[in-house]
Amino acid sequence: MLTTDKTQAVEQFAERIVEIEGRSLWQDARQRFLSNRAAVFSLIILGCIAAFSLLGPLFSQWHYEDIDWEALSDISVLGRPAIESGHYFGTDTLGRDIFVRTMQGGQISLLVGILGSAVAIIIGTLYGATSGYLGGRIDSVMMRFLEILNSFPFMFFVIILMTIFGRHIFLIFVAIGAISWLDMARIVRGQTLSLKNKEYIEAAHACGVSTFHIILRHIIPNLLGIVAVYATLLVPNMILLESFISFLGLGVQEPMTSWGVLISEGASTMELAVWQLAWPLAFLVLTLFCFNFLGDGLRDALDPKDR
Amino acid sequence: MLTFILKRVLEAIPTLLVLITVSFFLMHSAPGSPFSSERSLPPEVLANINAKYHLDEPVLTQYFYYLGGLLQGDLGPSFRYKDFSINELVAQSLPVSAEIGVWSFLVAVVIGVSCGVFAALRQNSWLDYLVMSFANLGIVLPNFVLAPLCILFFSIYMQWLPAGGWNGGAWPYLIMPVIAMSTSYIAQIARITRGSMIETMHSNFIRTARAKGLPKHRIILQHAMRPAMLPVVSYLGPAFVGIITGSVIVDVYFGTGGIGQHFINGALNRDYSMVMGVTILIGTLTITFNAVVDILYAIIDPKIRY
Amino acid sequence: MSTLNQTPLLDVKDLRVNFKTPDGFVTAVNDLNFTLSQGETLGIVGESGSGKSQTAFALMGLLAKNGVIEGQANFEGQNILTFSEDQLNHVRSEKISMIFQDPMTSLNPYMKVGAQLMEVLILHKGMTKKEAFEASVKMLDAVKMPEARKRMNMYPHEFSGGMRQRVMIAMSLLCQPKLLIADEPTTALDVTVQAQILTLLNELKSDFNTSIIMITHDLGVVAGLCDKVLVMYAGRTMEYGSTDDVFYRPTHPYTQGLLSAIPRLDSNDSELTTIPGNPPNLLHLPSGCPFQERCVHASDPCFTEAPILTEHDNNSQRACHKSAKELVA
Repeated sequence: MLTTDKTQAVEQFAERIVEIEGRSLWQDARQRFLSNRAAVFSLIILGCIAAFSLLGPLFSQWHYEDIDWEALSDISVLGRPAIESGHYFGTDTLGRDIFVRTMQGGQISLLVGILGSAVAIIIGTLYGATSGYLGGRIDSVMMRFLEILNSFPFMFFVIILMTIFGRHIFLIFVAIGAISWLDMARIVRGQTLSLKNKEYIEAAHACGVSTFHIILRHIIPNLLGIVAVYATLLVPNMILLESFISFLGLGVQEPMTSWGVLISEGASTMELAVWQLAWPLAFLVLTLFCFNFLGDGLRDALDPKDR
Repeated sequence: MLTFILKRVLEAIPTLLVLITVSFFLMHSAPGSPFSSERSLPPEVLANINAKYHLDEPVLTQYFYYLGGLLQGDLGPSFRYKDFSINELVAQSLPVSAEIGVWSFLVAVVIGVSCGVFAALRQNSWLDYLVMSFANLGIVLPNFVLAPLCILFFSIYMQWLPAGGWNGGAWPYLIMPVIAMSTSYIAQIARITRGSMIETMHSNFIRTARAKGLPKHRIILQHAMRPAMLPVVSYLGPAFVGIITGSVIVDVYFGTGGIGQHFINGALNRDYSMVMGVTILIGTLTITFNAVVDILYAIIDPKIRY
Repeated sequence: MSTLNQTPLLDVKDLRVNFKTPDGFVTAVNDLNFTLSQGETLGIVGESGSGKSQTAFALMGLLAKNGVIEGQANFEGQNILTFSEDQLNHVRSEKISMIFQDPMTSLNPYMKVGAQLMEVLILHKGMTKKEAFEASVKMLDAVKMPEARKRMNMYPHEFSGGMRQRVMIAMSLLCQPKLLIADEPTTALDVTVQAQILTLLNELKSDFNTSIIMITHDLGVVAGLCDKVLVMYAGRTMEYGSTDDVFYRPTHPYTQGLLSAIPRLDSNDSELTTIPGNPPNLLHLPSGCPFQERCVHASDPCFTEAPILTEHDNNSQRACHKSAKELVA
């Protein structure tokens, strides 16, 4: 009698475990994410903006370098946004089409955002995981180094780099990525440290599971959530940084452009031609807004504690 | 406590040294001499100038000259504005930046914290939603976006405020720079405060405080405020850096003549000593401020004692 | 059982606690009835999730925001469940105080222990700081805190778990309340410290003549401390009566299961007895008796009808379709 009862109990327990596995963290997270309307909506808008930036230029008769000599004669009248002239968003002071330039700027801004984040995440994850996993003296030295770097006014260093080594777009990715990995490293280290001491990791160790397998099966999936959340929060920051640098005239070079450059140009003529500022500004703000909601949505979805 | 403060201050020194060293050698690895663009200079004059600035000596010697100068508070000469030393330029512009910066910082902290606290205490009310909508909007309005919008609205359409200038820091000239600089930090601080306040109010010791029969305002002020402020305090460092960096934008837009203007001009004109001087100055400020924040954190959180 | 016939200090009638959750209403406490006289100790026993802590929170007005209370809890003749927050603040600590499960997190880590004690006296008794300090030291002495004066200026993280629980107990007794609710006060502590804390509570009970509601899942605690015991399962009362009756003559399958699950050194059985299965999910309660899935005696009526709590002999109550005789035999 007793033994059957016990096996039943164990079976029930096993069933519950399967249930938990069946509705795994990611499935659960996806469900929660999909029920967050603001986040889903943001994701859709971001998709639209990305598609628009990539494909938009195909639908215009203008090229981003083209100068409309006709419009150039009187920008404040002929350069206004109009369907007939083909300048849907108007022209800039040099008679170039804002619509195409905004799209092209979007490409650059999104590219910088994504590549910059990638650089930051790769460096940060490697550094943080190494530091956390090795622990001890190496860890404290690595963290001290991080602290030193953290109290640097990095924006100024980027500007110095830009001044010294010229304004190459590739350099922007690297510079921006290289200054943004610090937080990532700290977060990953903290996660690794706490994961290392989790009972189930110890249990896996005790059962003879190899270190590689532990990292693959337990540590990486657990870090993935944090990295995903952080990445979505990092991308808008990268876009902002790039815009900031470009705004100061230290970013991408003419005739290429980015949202920051366009805003900077538009700002100088906003008294006469508001549209030159309005369009790139609207796109930038909308993108940042969406990324913010997306990041919040992801965090809420992946962090069950936060519900 | 005192030993902790002393230790934290001493720790800042190597950081500062690294900062100075890195910026010095970075600047000196730049291609070309500061004067190489001025082709009209005859070689003897160039040699003279180089000798005056110790540019003819080995880099390491120059480094020690520079360090020695720094120790006496001398940031060196400007290579561009020949008649001014960097100290003089900084002395002119730093008060302007400091005034804008301090105001922005205070506004950000005071408004941010109070908005966050009220939103947290009225969680899911219309007030909460209102504050959080503004916060979400504020975060995506960086200073270089907000500055032109401010000018467009306040100066061009409404004609309420002067579009730029400084005028000795009269308040109409101060408003827009402060709005542009502080808005996204108000938003961030409000969000952080709200989050940590909500978390604190759900913690067990707040339940204990309620079980003790304490009235709500006492629970908030005496029990919840300190722990809720900890994440805000750790954000003060990044906020400070952000506001300092933002001064570059403000100077560019509003022509306030702060330190950012010199930095950008230096960067665009390859005035290396200027860029280096400003970087070191701002680095020093940042490092000092970070130390202050750490000490503040230790004062609030009794668990931190090292 | 003369104590049961006195006018009760606390009379809880049909207490029901519902929680509004995204997945629907959850009834955490379902029609709970009990009375408590001055100086009496009631043990509420149950597995985790049986609603015993929520009962305590409901009495103190500390439920989470999505909690809805029904029923009555008459304390000194007044229904405290209808009290406003202001009215409650005069009851809390002054008349009813509470000790929590986790002493590690229940004290404010950012305030000195002394300040946390003193504020109760300053608020409720209108004492000056100096008076409050002395009174707090005295109370710390009463709970056997060594070097009480020195410890007033320390922060909670400088205390061990047992010491923190002593602080909690001292804090709850400062105003000499009529009723003390102890929510698993020893669960988070080491066994030796548990014993010390229980001895302390027992002494304080006789010193201050305080009524105690002891919430626990540890039957040993109940046996040593309580006059009456209420066994809860899935938010309902399973059995309610004097400790002697319930422990020596359990008439409910769940109580029987609980009692036989206590490991004994004096028996030769090498196997530990358990109650098979797990407590039900409150969102999807089985039809009929909540315990039917795990009950070895379950038969037809148990699957369809929930048993009603009925009077049994000696003022005790039980909720089971089977008669007491069938089960005890």
